[in-house]
Amino acid sequence: MPAIHTVPATVSIPLLVGDFVRFAVDNSASLGELLAQHINIVVQSILVAVPLGVTLGVLITFNDSAATAVLWLTGVIMTVPSIALFGLLIPYFGIGKPPVIVALILYSQLPVVRNTYIGLTQVDEAAIAAGRGLGMTRFQRLWRVRIPKALPVIMAGVRNAVIVLIGIAAIGAFIGAGGLGDYIFRGITDANTAMIVVTTVVLSILALAFDYVFAVMEQTFRLRNGEDDLEELLPIRLARRVAG
Amino acid sequence: MSMIAFDEVTKVYDDGTVAIEDISFEVEEGTTTVLVGPSGCGKTTTMTLVNRLEEPTSGTVSYDGTDVTDLDPIELRRNIGYVIQEIGLFDHMTVGENVATVPDLKGWDDERIEARVDELLELMDLPPATYREQYPTALSGGQRQRVGVARALAADPDVLLMDEPFGALDPITRENLQDEFLDIQDQINTTILFVTHSVEEALKMGDKIAIFDVGELVQYDTPRNILDDPKSGFVEDFIGADRTLKKLQVTQVEDIVTAPEGPAHEDLVASIGNGQTAAAADGGDLVPVGPTDSAQVALSRIIQAQTDAIPVVDDGDVLGVVTESSIRAHRDRGGST
Repeated sequence: MPAIHTVPATVSIPLLVGDFVRFAVDNSASLGELLAQHINIVVQSILVAVPLGVTLGVLITFNDSAATAVLWLTGVIMTVPSIALFGLLIPYFGIGKPPVIVALILYSQLPVVRNTYIGLTQVDEAAIAAGRGLGMTRFQRLWRVRIPKALPVIMAGVRNAVIVLIGIAAIGAFIGAGGLGDYIFRGITDANTAMIVVTTVVLSILALAFDYVFAVMEQTFRLRNGEDDLEELLPIRLARRVAG
Repeated sequence: MSMIAFDEVTKVYDDGTVAIEDISFEVEEGTTTVLVGPSGCGKTTTMTLVNRLEEPTSGTVSYDGTDVTDLDPIELRRNIGYVIQEIGLFDHMTVGENVATVPDLKGWDDERIEARVDELLELMDLPPATYREQYPTALSGGQRQRVGVARALAADPDVLLMDEPFGALDPITRENLQDEFLDIQDQINTTILFVTHSVEEALKMGDKIAIFDVGELVQYDTPRNILDDPKSGFVEDFIGADRTLKKLQVTQVEDIVTAPEGPAHEDLVASIGNGQTAAAADGGDLVPVGPTDSAQVALSRIIQAQTDAIPVVDDGDVLGVVTESSIRAHRDRGGST
């Protein structure tokens, strides 16, 4: 566990920002370590969650009642509080990283499965009819038409999932998974405001960075699909606002 | 040898709807047959039985002498071109990739595919240098349908099925595409089955026309014979009241050309000389017709120039004249009007 440099007791409101900066500088090494742990948990979860969710999303396009059931179930998982879900998983996976990763995989299924399903089923029916008439097998229609057309929508689901996971992963520290949640819980216990605020800011920057990377991927897929009515990315919008 | 043959074919859908009942007809190789009728008459169903998008409930549909149900549906569809009204282009692929679809499914090598794609885009008046790398969303409706036709012709199919291919286009674009397609048809020698609800389009595009009433084939004949002798009140109504004018539309000038008679015609022919136009009776110019122009074009030029005859010129040779009376005589030859 990284060492903690506490802020001097003589704190006055105007000096708060200075304290935050000082905390961040003094603890940059341990913050970096926790950040790495956090990213590690999220990435490991996503690496399993995306293939799983996309596969499920593809499979349920073949059966309407399975689709209803799976989408309902992934929605239900979303409503279970994370602390409760961790608690339910501890008997099977112990404490630490494993139950948290399993929980994160479960939480990410709703956006990934739902977007995959919607993306695949909302493909232009005429294109599917033409594909069938031109002699594409069912698998070829899926692989050559449905999936490429759905990729941007699937990517939007993944992007959605990653943001949710970064937040929930912080709570994982409660059962010993590590990550930035460690400093938030310790900050609460020690009534250390600077610790809580600085860690939260790092967490938010992490979420924004991931969001941006996935937004770029989503747009890349849209461009590759020849879509031209693109939503402008945040930096471009901000730049315009400043300029105009 | 007929390329496509329907033998007492009936199709009943699962919900009990009878789409077509006891349909029999044959499509000769290299000809265009138009299936025409009001919506819900079963014409599209009839067409989709050929590439097994639907299966007949009873009867046999044969392709090049073989019952289609004995053929692998995927193979069959790859050997038959298919164009639909909604076009159904793959918007996530470039124009070139769209056209390459069937050759790619058939496993042609890249060089052959590339050459074929360029050849077809050329044929469809979409210069490959400009259009091959574009996405379909950037194209106009007419251009999109051209890509649709190119995609259907890509693997050089023996049979081309076209389901109201020009139905969603504006009238001017539609007419242009019809004319272009008639030219293309001469170059490709493909057996074509064409579905439309428009009698005008059927008369224009078809070597033979199959007229459908609800689930029933009521008449199958050449445009000329259908216009001359509609077999029922339904066919007569469906053709419309301007049957005589439509007949002129399907009559070619070469069928009614006559030798010049009397000094007036001699003068008319002589006046062409080396020029492009003849001297009309009113002192204006008269544009000669070609042997493949329709009698309708000849008549409208005759009326416009206030004369009674028009010279027929093919590649600089004067073949004779078409007169108002020869057009009238031809109309009457069919008899029943």
